[in-house]
Amino acid sequence: MIATLISTPIGIGVAWLLARRDFWGKPIIDAVIYLPLVLPPVVTGYLLLLLLGKRGILGAWLAEHLGIVFAFRWTGAAIACGVMSFPLLVRPIRLSIEAVDRRLEQAASTLGASPWKVFATVTLPLALPGVLAGMVLGFAKAIGEFGATITFVSNIPGETQTISSAIYSLIQTPDGDAAASRLVMISIGIAVLALIASEWFARRATQRLHGN
Amino acid sequence: MVRAPRDAATAWELIVLRVDVFKQLGEFSVNVAFTSEGRVTGLFGSSGAGKTSLVSMIAGLVQPDRGIIAVDSAVLYDGNARIHVPPHRRRIGYVFQDARLFPHLSVMQNLDYGRRMNQLARDAVAETRITDMLDIGHLLNRRPGGLSGGERQRVALGRALLSQPRLLLLDEPMGALDEERKAEILPYLKRLRDEGDVPMVFVSHDADEMRQLATQVVMLKRGRVAAFGGTEILPRIIAAA
Repeated sequence: MIATLISTPIGIGVAWLLARRDFWGKPIIDAVIYLPLVLPPVVTGYLLLLLLGKRGILGAWLAEHLGIVFAFRWTGAAIACGVMSFPLLVRPIRLSIEAVDRRLEQAASTLGASPWKVFATVTLPLALPGVLAGMVLGFAKAIGEFGATITFVSNIPGETQTISSAIYSLIQTPDGDAAASRLVMISIGIAVLALIASEWFARRATQRLHGN
Repeated sequence: MVRAPRDAATAWELIVLRVDVFKQLGEFSVNVAFTSEGRVTGLFGSSGAGKTSLVSMIAGLVQPDRGIIAVDSAVLYDGNARIHVPPHRRRIGYVFQDARLFPHLSVMQNLDYGRRMNQLARDAVAETRITDMLDIGHLLNRRPGGLSGGERQRVALGRALLSQPRLLLLDEPMGALDEERKAEILPYLKRLRDEGDVPMVFVSHDADEMRQLATQVVMLKRGRVAAFGGTEILPRIIAAA
């Protein structure tokens, strides 16, 4: 949840950059963002551990100077989920920003809107269905994240456990079946609700765009 | 108290549009220079003459390769001085051929957009004057999706006017309309010319429209000025293209 909320604004920013700007190294950024989608999740988790773990390149510095530790904390789990769900979050947002008619953005600028205001009042509202779709996909991925999270921050109940890893632990435990199936129902419920909600938002947004 | 009637003619003469630009666009280039003081400067020429490119440069949407664009004493582009005022700071209204109303906003919000972006105070008198002049008062709560072509174009006109531009660019505002709808818009444009207080640049390939609206004409041919003067320079009979 937190992973999704935090990564959404970043995702929108990145999606805009990828959709509207051309800059040196864009293909590289593009590749890095989509990498978690194709890399084995365990590899992503291991890379996070190397980077942000207690003895990691960044992690050691953060722990020493700012007292921030991600390893084996829920914050680390959020980072792992965020990184893993980022490609799914960015892609629909990027596509929907690319679909926004640039001529409307031009019209807004001739009416006195600065580039930032053009984005806030024209591009973003028109890309809203994509943003919601991205959030739902990202959220669904985040609660189901397993490989990267368990590698990076382990599987600590109440701290770094995702629904997937909780179900996995319960299945491994004798008599855990009942609890596991309850969690399975919950995750199915969340997934279905999320999809319905996104569909509903998207339909409303489309209505707004095309008619009265 | 007696107030002297506002002398429109004097006010108009103060507005000078100076354009002297060069822009290479692939095989084609625009190289145009003119200084106009008319209340409606017509840019006349067949399609591909460079009219829209030129208007986009005046609006700041396209940057010329070199030259100068100025409205009165305000320099909007100067290639030598490396001045390129971005479109949102030019205060130049632009009515596009395809209206470009914001589909997610109501007509009223569309009209109000320029005022909000420029953080101008609300001016109910101007709003009423403009919505009355354009006959769009009954459309305020509608969405652009449900409007006819002529209504859209009138709303686009109102939206541009309410952003309080110092110059209004009309790029074939009737180009996408059939003859009947054109006849519906033309009177509003004339009213705007005679009652409004914003000088205009009117783009068209239609000599008849041009004759009815423009006070000065710049005739463009393949990116160059072919003639400049009053409406008498317009061709009497349009040669078949």
